[in-house]
Amino acid sequence: MIKYIAKRLLMLIPILLVVTFVIFTLLYITPGDPAKMILGTTATDEAVAQLRTELGLDQPFLIQYLNYMKDLIFHFDIGTSYSTRQPVIQEIMNCLPATLKLAFSSILIAVVVGIPIGVISAVKQYSIFDNIVMVLGLVGISMPVFWLGLLLILFFSVQMGWLPASGYSSWQQMIMPAVTLSAQSIAVVARMTRSSMLEEIRKDYIRTVRMKGQTEMRITIFHGLRNALIPIVTVIGTQFGSLLGGAVMCETIFSIPGIGRLMVDSIKARDFPVVQGGVLFIAIGFALVNLIVDIIYAFLDPKIKAQYK
Amino acid sequence: MDQKKEKKYSFWGDTWRRLRRNRLAMVGLIIIALLIFCAIFADFIAPYDYAQQDLMIAYQGPSAQHWFGTDEFGRDILSRIIYGSRISLQIGFIAVGISLIFGGFLGAVAGYYGGKLDNLIMRIMDIIMSIPSILLAISIVAALGSSMTNLMIATGVSYIPSYARIVRASILGIKDQEFIEAAKAIGTSDKTIIIRHILPNCLAPIIVQATLGVAFAILTAAGLSFIGLGMAQPTPEWGSMLSSGRTYIRDYWHMTLFPGLAIALTIFALNVLGDGLRDALDPKLRG
Repeated sequence: MIKYIAKRLLMLIPILLVVTFVIFTLLYITPGDPAKMILGTTATDEAVAQLRTELGLDQPFLIQYLNYMKDLIFHFDIGTSYSTRQPVIQEIMNCLPATLKLAFSSILIAVVVGIPIGVISAVKQYSIFDNIVMVLGLVGISMPVFWLGLLLILFFSVQMGWLPASGYSSWQQMIMPAVTLSAQSIAVVARMTRSSMLEEIRKDYIRTVRMKGQTEMRITIFHGLRNALIPIVTVIGTQFGSLLGGAVMCETIFSIPGIGRLMVDSIKARDFPVVQGGVLFIAIGFALVNLIVDIIYAFLDPKIKAQYK
Repeated sequence: MDQKKEKKYSFWGDTWRRLRRNRLAMVGLIIIALLIFCAIFADFIAPYDYAQQDLMIAYQGPSAQHWFGTDEFGRDILSRIIYGSRISLQIGFIAVGISLIFGGFLGAVAGYYGGKLDNLIMRIMDIIMSIPSILLAISIVAALGSSMTNLMIATGVSYIPSYARIVRASILGIKDQEFIEAAKAIGTSDKTIIIRHILPNCLAPIIVQATLGVAFAILTAAGLSFIGLGMAQPTPEWGSMLSSGRTYIRDYWHMTLFPGLAIALTIFALNVLGDGLRDALDPKLRG
């Protein structure tokens, strides 16, 4: 198992090399001179040229890339923000807690709400509950994150005045962003749980357990759900990716200073080092989540664990 | 007698028959047909010009003259939504076209030839997939600048890997079957085998993915416009309409409700149609 994890961690290196290269190239070809942006339109040509030398922007492309990688690998330094003059890593670390808080509370909501709904739907297939859940599930999947957020603000803040429309420090402020971001995941998790459970509870071993006189509750949860979990864990893992995208929207709507908003602001300000750092960070996070999902498989399914050796 | 008649249905006739029985999918199909109709005949349907400003009637709520109200420049929101369908559908279809052509080609080559080439192509696809698609789209728009063409490229490129994977997987399932061997034996070229014999046989999953893909693309593009990285005023793009509605959310609810409804309805229609197509095309259910 440890050997497998080590191998997977090593495989991260080529991925990150290529990701940095692609993002570096993309931003290199971007029109607009950062030195001019920093100094403003009134700056003299000499000042601009001097700043370009200072930032290393006058070097050829490959040298710039190699310098970037050298700093990244040896000093864990991913550059300095053009606009705030702070180290990028610092900027990202400032924004990371808000995004993590948002992402984890959303995943938590999705799991805590989505799985039970899916299980009940499967056990009571074609009941009124099941039908309502299936329709709501479709609505949830089709709901754009940014529109749902606005609708919640419209209702709970503007009309009712129950919840604050922005911020992220108190739990009241977190409710709407977390619910907004989790809506789609709840729907996806519930639908997947339902279909996976439906397949599982029709199998022979369930019939055997039932014949043994086991209670329905135990049959559903300890036998059915446990075996139905693998595809559910997979979708929860993949949800993290779309959650990161949704987080960008969510942070914009609710004015939360997270990584998503940092990146959007940096793109608008042409603050390339921050954009590069943000993408790098999210790619690492995404890869780690995928690794964790694969490790969870091993615990759920001994057949998969055997393959890892 | 009747039974014999039923067996005469062609593959597509059969699929259509199955799809027609799925009520939800038909609702989706009707909504999309209406949208396409709106997009084509926007000039005739829209009650006003989408860019016509009249500050005297700005911020008006829904009324008989302006069904969905007016925005901050006094432009008719209904007309802007109708013209917006043109933009959203164009982005959706062209972006899917881009990912389909490139993804399909790469997947076909990888699946058919296998070996080192397969490995190389699929590893590159894995790397693209290791960046969340919206992030990749954001980076591409950031690099190329925000315009409609770049929005299409950005959303199209970020979904190339999913098509490459589907086409490759379908080809792997087909390429060792006897009819391909037979085609090879009589000296058919690789190109003809891929285009004439293999692709039609893996069309079903591609159609499903493409339908859902149009929804993804429209949503991504609207999202990018919403956070200010998409199209600029006065283009009537649904996402950017929503973004300007957000500014006035405290006082004018109609500016956020209707553009969002247009997006959600479109995505819903495409999703249920995609789901319906998947069920209708699934050969396992075919009996």
